[in-house]
Amino acid sequence: MTKTTTRLALAASVATAVAGLTTAAQAQENVKCYGVSLAGENDCAAGPGTTCAGTSTVDYQGNAWTLVPAGTCEDMDLPEMADGTERMGSLEPLERDLPA
Amino acid sequence: MTSQAAFRTALLDPEAPTPAGLITPEGATATRRFDVYRNNVAVSLAEALETAFPVLHKLVGDAFFRAMAGVYLRRHPPRSPLMMGYGAELPDFLQGFAPAQSLPYLPDVARLELALGQAYRAADAAPVDPAALAALPEHTLPRLRIGFAPALRLVASNHPVHGIWAANAAGGGKPVPRAETALVTRPGFDPMVDALTPDQGRILAALVDGAPLGDALHTGGPAVDVGPLLAVLLQRGAITSLTAEEPGP
Amino acid sequence: MFDACPRHSLPALPGVGYKPQHFSAIMADAGPVGWLEIHAENYMGAGGQPRAQLRHLSDRFPVSVHGLGLSIGGEGGLDPDHLARLKTLCDWLQPASFSEHLAWSSHGDAFLNDLLPLPYTAATLDRVCAHIDQVKDVLGRQMLLENPASYLAFADSEMEETDFLSQVARRTGCGLLLDVNNVFVSATNLRQAPQAYIDAFPLDAVGEIHLGGHDEDSDETGAPLMIDSHGRDVADPVWALLDETLDRIGPKPVLIEWDTDVPDWPVLADAAQRAAAALQKVSA
Repeated sequence: MTKTTTRLALAASVATAVAGLTTAAQAQENVKCYGVSLAGENDCAAGPGTTCAGTSTVDYQGNAWTLVPAGTCEDMDLPEMADGTERMGSLEPLERDLPA
Repeated sequence: MTSQAAFRTALLDPEAPTPAGLITPEGATATRRFDVYRNNVAVSLAEALETAFPVLHKLVGDAFFRAMAGVYLRRHPPRSPLMMGYGAELPDFLQGFAPAQSLPYLPDVARLELALGQAYRAADAAPVDPAALAALPEHTLPRLRIGFAPALRLVASNHPVHGIWAANAAGGGKPVPRAETALVTRPGFDPMVDALTPDQGRILAALVDGAPLGDALHTGGPAVDVGPLLAVLLQRGAITSLTAEEPGP
Repeated sequence: MFDACPRHSLPALPGVGYKPQHFSAIMADAGPVGWLEIHAENYMGAGGQPRAQLRHLSDRFPVSVHGLGLSIGGEGGLDPDHLARLKTLCDWLQPASFSEHLAWSSHGDAFLNDLLPLPYTAATLDRVCAHIDQVKDVLGRQMLLENPASYLAFADSEMEETDFLSQVARRTGCGLLLDVNNVFVSATNLRQAPQAYIDAFPLDAVGEIHLGGHDEDSDETGAPLMIDSHGRDVADPVWALLDETLDRIGPKPVLIEWDTDVPDWPVLADAAQRAAAALQKVSA
């Protein structure tokens, strides 16, 4: 683009951007996502009232990694990602916890 | 002596013995009592991650998330008493976490959730009146520099990061396979997420870096109309200053 | 109702630990609640809703800033960055009180997000006193130090917790935050009588009282192990211990802490009402 065409394109873009603001309000109506949701707050260091949950060794030993992601990812239906990565990679469980 | 170093090491390693010198009222080694502290640390950190990454949690399911958090928190315990920033290494961690490789978009979803948390607490800023942009003389536009609200974040992705997030957080439909850049803004107090095309994302990234509007436009490739991008930014109150320079000699 | 300068001292009324989901209810009708306590670290962001809410609340209520991350009992020095953040917050908010814990939570570059226990030795005492002096110097105000909930003891300890706290208060001039639930939890866990702890406590230094709920578990011998969970109603024996304490020291600011499974506002207001009744009994 030449300087002139850049200038003209920008002028047109700015004009449409500002003129379209009220309609954009509806068209771009998007999600209020957060509200009072708290991203990692400090709370009194009070556990959930048991001695067991964080001391279990099962939750991070190698054999726990027979676990595969099993949430809404199964509904995302992204057969081929934009970067060409295949949907399903290797799901073989690890022998051990990954080295730090 | 029970050093805090030994205490700390054993807190994060459930297979380590209870540190010497910690006792029950009867003088026995306080194993199960020490486990209360182990539990508080592991559970509170895992819950902090769950609160900060609700979409990630939903995508992989509770069992996987909890197990992943157990690995993460032991490898990356917080480095600051501000829990609001905890999880900053999670995107990179997920990138290298073999059990999550089947979902290559997870790191970008984690980046988006981090950006939302940062936007939530970013400094307040007053947006410009859109009329001020409209009033700028046409010849000043190529050299216009735009200032942005501190809450603004961009998450560029090879995946439909906005679509995946919206489907899980906001009742959106199924994501369309494509590359997207998520734009996080905070009009008022609630962060918002909009989808940008990769071209729009590149233009905005250049503007955020301080490039004048004419130069930034060229990063978006030929024939990109910057109008819709400016409209979203104005709509979200994300533009806080306009610095128009007269063209040089 | 309020004294001439309500924001600059905690009144001898019930307070609650503030949660953002209760903002509208509190602003509409706080009931018996006369002051609020916040966790310092949650308000160290640059702006947004947390700071905006806090500004509104502090226009209406005295606010207590309660720190969770300073690691006053840490073997290393206090984190200067965190201390500076506390100063920024206190300078901005001008709270009625600042308090922290007799505990440690950071070691090296790791923050462990829990209040971890200390051996009560001469060395620990020197360290804690030095840190409290440093806090006072930086913040330009005196602080309150809270007694911990304990699950175990240290073979190294040379003195009782109450002696330790008495000496800290005497040497530094700081006040004490007496958590009555922690007294009950620790005493049960360490097979002591909670009343004996109160008897030995330096009550004249108490500037604030905490109440919270605890959970019951058991150790490997089957003995009761109480856990300070802040996730339920204050237990009846803890209310009884509050009555006994107030009988001795008269009305004080009394806080209801509820941090996990946080209930709707009316449940917290009910707990505050019960605290108000306990205060009423001793304020005649």
